[in-house]
Amino acid sequence: MSKRVIAKVISQEEISPRHFKMVIDAPEVAKEAKIGQFIHLKWVAKLNEHDPLLRRPISLNEIDQEAGTITIIYRAIGRGTQLLATLKAGDQVDLMGPIGMGFSIPEDTNKFVVVGGGMGIAPLYPVVKKLVELNKEVTVLIGAENKGQLLNLADYEEMDVELKASTVDGSYGYQGFVTEFLDDTLIDADYIYTCGPEVMMEVVQNWVIANDIKGEASLEERMGCGTGACLSCVCKIKVRNESGWDYKKTCIQGPVFPLNEVIFDD
Amino acid sequence: MTKPNLAVDLNGLKLQNPVTTASGTFGFGPEYRNYVDLNRLGGVMVKGTTLNPKLGNPTPRIAETPAGMLNAIGLQNPGVDHFLARILPLIKDYNFKTIVNISGNTVEDYAKLANKLNVEGVDALEINISCPNVKKGGLAFGTQPEMAASVVEAVRAETDMSLITKLSPNVADITSIARAVEEAGTDVISLINTLLGMKIDIHNQEPILANKMGGLSGPAIKPVAVRMVYQVAQAVEVPLIGMGGISNADDAIEFLLAGASAISVGTANFVNPEVTMEILDGIEEYLVEKGYEDINEIVGKAIK
Ligand SMILES: Cc1cc2nc3c(=O)[nH]c(=O)nc-3n(C[C@H](O)[C@H](O)[C@H](O)COP(=O)(O)OP(=O)(O)OC[C@H]3O[C@@H](n4cnc5c(N)ncnc54)[C@H](O)[C@@H]3O)c2cc1C
Ligand SMILES: Cc1cc2nc3c(=O)[nH]c(=O)nc-3n(C[C@H](O)[C@H](O)[C@H](O)COP(=O)(O)O)c2cc1C
Ligand code: FES
Repeated sequence: MSKRVIAKVISQEEISPRHFKMVIDAPEVAKEAKIGQFIHLKWVAKLNEHDPLLRRPISLNEIDQEAGTITIIYRAIGRGTQLLATLKAGDQVDLMGPIGMGFSIPEDTNKFVVVGGGMGIAPLYPVVKKLVELNKEVTVLIGAENKGQLLNLADYEEMDVELKASTVDGSYGYQGFVTEFLDDTLIDADYIYTCGPEVMMEVVQNWVIANDIKGEASLEERMGCGTGACLSCVCKIKVRNESGWDYKKTCIQGPVFPLNEVIFDD
Repeated sequence: MTKPNLAVDLNGLKLQNPVTTASGTFGFGPEYRNYVDLNRLGGVMVKGTTLNPKLGNPTPRIAETPAGMLNAIGLQNPGVDHFLARILPLIKDYNFKTIVNISGNTVEDYAKLANKLNVEGVDALEINISCPNVKKGGLAFGTQPEMAASVVEAVRAETDMSLITKLSPNVADITSIARAVEEAGTDVISLINTLLGMKIDIHNQEPILANKMGGLSGPAIKPVAVRMVYQVAQAVEVPLIGMGGISNADDAIEFLLAGASAISVGTANFVNPEVTMEILDGIEEYLVEKGYEDINEIVGKAIK
C-alpha cells in the first residue's frame, strides 16, 4: 500500500555531471517496495511553496529493507529535479510510494537479458540484483552518452552477469547504440527487461517479437496524481477490443507492461 | 468549547462539511483511500461522465506552468452505463455525497445522462457546461447565457435531484451566465472550471500538449476564481461551491468569505494527497480561533 511520508535524506552525491544519487530514510516504503516500482516525490519547500508545483516520479534504484532505506538515481534537467539536487543530508523530501506494478520474474525461466538506455538503466538495477540472487543467467546490456552516464556500471562489473556496455562518445565499451548488442548469440534468451528512450525500446520490441521472446518494459509518462485519478499518464496498450488497444494508467497499472503489448506511437 | 457546526445545506443538498473534491482530480474517490479518510469528505465530484465511453486525447496531456498546470485529458471516462453498474456500487455507501459531473455534446446528451443517473446513490449532478456544443460549431455551452440555460432546463426536466451548474471562467461576463442558469432552475452554482491556456516548448518549437491547448488550474488561477465567486455571489441567490487553486485551509476560507458556501479541491490533491483532510481541520481551527459557532456565519463575510 502506498503512503505519503515526509522522509529524511541520508546522503546525496553527484555521481557524474548532473546525475545524482540520493539515499532516503523511509522504512515504511522500503518494507513494501517491489522491484520496478517508483516514488512520486517533492522537495519540502522552504520558499515558493507552489512553484514548481507537481511531484516528480523517480524509480527505485535500490531497496534496502534491513537498513530501511531507498535509493534513487536521477538526472537534474528541469526545475524540479534541479531543486531536488540542492538537498543535503538531513533535509526532507515529501514522497508518495511505493507506486505501481513492478517487474515480475516468471517461474521456470532461466536465461534473462536486460537492456537499459540512458536514465532507463536506473530502474533495472534492482531487477538484475534479484535475478543474480535467484542464480539466473543474466546478460546486462547498457548504453548511454558517455561512461559517467552508464549508471551502476561499477556494481554490474562486480556481479556475476555477462555485461556489455556502449557509449555514444566511445568513452567506454562499444561506440554505438546498446541495441546493436541484440544479435543471434542472445536469441535463446527466455525473457527480457527493458527501459530507456522509446526509440530504443521499440527496437528491442521488434527484436523480441522477431525471435518470439517475451519480456517487460518500464515506461515513462508525465504524471499528475500518481494515484490513478487524473488520467494524465496514460499509454497505449494492446487489448482484445474493436480498436485493438486501450489507454492504461502508467502510474498504477504500470509503469511496467508486457513488452509485446506496448504501442509506441504517441 | 463545543465544536463549531461544519454542515452546510446547499439548497437541499446537505453536506456534512464544506470540503469536496473537484471533478477530474480525485477519480471516483477510492483512488485516494490510502491517503484520505473518505468518510470525512463533504462530497466527491466524480470524473466527468459522458453517455458513451471516451478515450480522451493523446499524450502529453499535462504540462507544468508557473504555480499551476495545464491539462487536456479530453474527458476520458468509461461512460455512464459502466459508472452505474461498476463504480456507483463501490462508492455509494461512503458518508460523502456522490456528485456526478456530466458532459455532453448536445442538449439531448445532457438530458439522457440526467435520466440515467436519476437513481438511488447519486446525490446530485454537476453540469459541466464548458463542453463544446457540436450543433453550434463547437462553441462551449457555458459561453452563452441562452445555451447554458437550455442545458440546465433540459436536465431539470428529467430529474428532481439537486443540480449544480459548473461555470466556465472563459467568458466575458460570468454573472450573466450565472443568472441565466439560476433562472433555468439550477439549485447550486459551482465555479470555476479551468482557464484556457497554452505552453510552448522552445526547443521543439511546438505546444507541449498533444491537444495544443489545455485548461489551467492550480494556485496560479486562485485570484481569478476568488474574484468570480465574489461577483457571482452578489448576482444570484443560489448557494455557490467555490474552487480554483485551493491548496490549504487559508485558501478555502478566502473562498468562503468571498461568498461560497462550500469549496472544491482539485489540483492540490496531486501535490498533497492528504490536503483535503488538512483543509477540513484548518477550517475548523479557524472557526474556533475566531469564536464562530457555525461555518455559515463566515459565508460572504468579505462582501460589503
Ligand atoms: C515511472 C517513472 C520513473 C522514472 N524514473 C526516473 C529515474 O529513476 N531517474 C530519472 O532521472 N528520471 C526518471 N523519470 C523521469 C523523471 O520523472 C523526469 O526526468 C522528471 O520528472 C523531470 O522533471 P524536471 O523537474 O527535471 O523537468 P521539468 O521540465 O521541469 O518538468 C516539467 C513537468 O514535466 C514532467 N516531465 C518532464 N520530463 C519527464 C519525463 N521524462 N518523464 C515523466 N515526466 C516528465 C515533470 O514531472 C513535470 O511535471 C521517471 C519517470 C517516470 C514516469
Ligand atoms: C486533470 C484535470 C481533469 C479535470 N477534469 C474535469 C472534468 O472532467 N470535469 C470538470 O467539470 N472539470 C474538470 N477539471 C476542472 C476541475 O474540476 C477544477 O474546476 C479546476 O481544476 C480548478 O480547480 P483547481 O485549481 O483546484 O484544480 C479537471 C481539472 C484537472 C486538473
Ligand atoms: S498520474 Fe494521475 S492517473 Fe496516473
